[in-house]
Amino acid sequence: MLALMLEAVIPAQAEQVVKTFTLDNGMEVIAIPDHRAPVVTHMVWYRVGSAEEPAGKSGIAHFLEHLMFKGTEKVPGGDFAETVARNGGKSNAFTSYDYTAYFQRVARRHLPLMMEMEADRMKNLSLSSEDVTIERGVVLEERSTRVDSQPLSLLGEKMSVALYGEHPYGRPIIGWRDEIEDLDRADALEFYRRFYAPNNAALVVAGDVEPDELLELAKIHYGGIESDKQAVRDKRPEIAEIGEPVRVTYEDKRARQPIFQRIYLAQSYHTAGLERATSIDMLVEILGVGTTSRLYRSLVVEQKLAVSAGAWAVTDSLDRGRIGLYAIPNEGVTPETLEAAIDAVIAEFVEKGVEDEEMERVRRSYLADLIYGWDDQQQQAYVFGASWSSGILPRDVLRWPGVVRTVTGAQVASSAREYLRAENSVTGWLLPASKP
Amino acid sequence: MEIQRITTPGGIEAWLVEEHSLPIVFVEMYWRAGSSSEASSLEGLAYMLSGMLDEGAGDLDSEAFQKRIADLNIGFAFNASKDFFSVHVRTLEENLDETMELLRLALTQPHFDEEALERVRAQILASLKQNLQDPETIAARTWFSTAFAGHPYARSTRGTPETVQAIQADDLRDWMSRALARDNITVTAVGDVTPERLSRLLEKTLSGLPENANVAIPEATSFQAPGRVEVIDYPNPQSVIQFGHSGLHRDDPDFIAAYVMNHVLGGSVLISRLGEEVREKRGLAYSVYSYLQPLEQADLFSGYLATGNASAGKALDQVRLEIARMQKEGVSQEELDNAKTYLIGSYPLRFDSSEKIVSQLSYIQREGLGIDYVDKRNALIESITRDDILRVAQRLLDPEELLVVVVGEPELSSAP
Repeated sequence: MLALMLEAVIPAQAEQVVKTFTLDNGMEVIAIPDHRAPVVTHMVWYRVGSAEEPAGKSGIAHFLEHLMFKGTEKVPGGDFAETVARNGGKSNAFTSYDYTAYFQRVARRHLPLMMEMEADRMKNLSLSSEDVTIERGVVLEERSTRVDSQPLSLLGEKMSVALYGEHPYGRPIIGWRDEIEDLDRADALEFYRRFYAPNNAALVVAGDVEPDELLELAKIHYGGIESDKQAVRDKRPEIAEIGEPVRVTYEDKRARQPIFQRIYLAQSYHTAGLERATSIDMLVEILGVGTTSRLYRSLVVEQKLAVSAGAWAVTDSLDRGRIGLYAIPNEGVTPETLEAAIDAVIAEFVEKGVEDEEMERVRRSYLADLIYGWDDQQQQAYVFGASWSSGILPRDVLRWPGVVRTVTGAQVASSAREYLRAENSVTGWLLPASKP
Repeated sequence: MEIQRITTPGGIEAWLVEEHSLPIVFVEMYWRAGSSSEASSLEGLAYMLSGMLDEGAGDLDSEAFQKRIADLNIGFAFNASKDFFSVHVRTLEENLDETMELLRLALTQPHFDEEALERVRAQILASLKQNLQDPETIAARTWFSTAFAGHPYARSTRGTPETVQAIQADDLRDWMSRALARDNITVTAVGDVTPERLSRLLEKTLSGLPENANVAIPEATSFQAPGRVEVIDYPNPQSVIQFGHSGLHRDDPDFIAAYVMNHVLGGSVLISRLGEEVREKRGLAYSVYSYLQPLEQADLFSGYLATGNASAGKALDQVRLEIARMQKEGVSQEELDNAKTYLIGSYPLRFDSSEKIVSQLSYIQREGLGIDYVDKRNALIESITRDDILRVAQRLLDPEELLVVVVGEPELSSAP
């Protein structure tokens, strides 16, 4: 009964309303109407992220994202953020391995102004050396907060290096501290000129706007920007499988208890297709998301070896994704004991596959999440923008509910066998330093 | 957006915004009883209760209850703060009746089995250990324990390892039966539900709760540590700084003026004086801001800053200078105009999803601001003048009064 009713809801919500266009200069336009409130979320996504950074320049993609708020001739200094605010809007930006995105949330009547300013800074960024020097200090403080103050983040950096090796996913998005310290104005401008162009960007607007109306506005504000053939990023090197289990142990005097982490090299929607990647999502859900998952039931509830345990996956990346596990041992449980128990849960999962009941739960849960997702225009803009950035077009995003319904338990079991292999993984332990 | 006031046959008042374009319903309930109403020997009780209510109730043991929630993809988020215990519910319209039935069981027939209690206890103890390695949590805990020494506000919602060890199932039962009542609750709902159905479901869900709450609400108090600087030595590349002094109550006639004033001073890092001086001009921090924090029994003006150890003194000096400047000069007409257009223009952004609407209304309702507040609010902002700002800045702010807690290895004596 439940599944049937859900089926009726989703296509009606999504496929009929989400519209896409391509401007003559190659810029993609994605419109996601939601007329409940007179508000829009305006985003521009660039297909460039930390994985495009030249050797030795880690952090430049994110640093440039900060510098994009430093002004153009038309909108100098800090006027960008101030103008957005003066019009009752909020603005921000974010950078990942595969994308850099900028967004404003405003009342619908201010959408044209946001588009005008965002289009302006796609080509006309003007940077002073002083701006660059000051902002580098800000970024170093950001790294201190997000990474250097977090022992677990420091372990994560070491594990990524071990898993991805020379592939740029092995580098932190924010950059290595010693390399950030050397980034300068020329580095930022070179990266900007190389990648910021309409044919390497998508405009995503969710909220109180009609697709036709958006297209007209997009033509006016973005349509005049010249495309630039060389802006499109290069194909990256293949990710080599590591071929043997790798271990990373990191001791930190700030850590108060051991924490287990593991990452397996997996696939993504882009590298393996919707069906395969969705089966990875589902395997992770059954294995380790929530209190009904295998890892939680076995390690936390039944065996009492851990206070928490679970799994996650990254399947929306441009290159191969990953599956992650985590656990915190219970008082008096050694890392060896806990890890052996985790390995046993994985081994059983790989050997016996999944139950029909588990598949049903995951399907229902995902389809419900899709409906919940439609409550939040910013999240919708994010989903379509992030997917586009890693080569998953809106029609594929809209096809996902159908895929969720049809992926079988056998496919999930097959993905478990394929990707939960020790020789394809890095196991990390954060440990309290024995002596300071 | 039309807010309907409904009253159940048993007298529970609820606010409802109907939104039938998506088959989702959100419900929020707040009880006026939080961690500040715990016995000091059981610090962390309300928080532990928030972790125990979905661990089995009625005929369902912990596993069965959790499975049912997962099967229907129901979101139950129980939470405890200093002043409130709350639950935020998210469900699909077609599961609303069963969702409310599960909530009824959780609120009236929770199991508190030994197994679940020990598991949740172990999780809280582990999270307390994690907190001890988190400079922000250390700073916030130290700030409150110093600012409100001797008052329940000095304690932490999550408790201490000793008190968390002491809490038993009977303690949870006892506190719950006195705290989660019908006369100290506020209820808000948004989504695909009619007033009639909501009324019927609320009546059924809440009729089993005691009529009257019977918990010790702490006495009104005020900030008690003016002018102190506490340094917690901690091996970290950054100094995390929590600062603040007394603030204004939410129903103070000058609260809105103070809110606008704070927006100019430190309301947002990209468009405030603190952000401009500490981040934009000097590059000393990624994050710096200030905020008003009106609690039920005390009111605070607070702020946060994280900066490299070497620049801790310099950044803190800038914060003090800006607070002093605001206290002395107030704001320019341009700053005031910009603050107003931002605060007024961005208000609709808080209402663009059902989930945001439910939390906004829930706040307005429990603060007693009135069901018409959403319509009045922008006019209140618009009415603020430069004189109002200067008056409230002089009344509220004083850099000499700040209690400053620094966690890290700071260099505090900056060069002149």
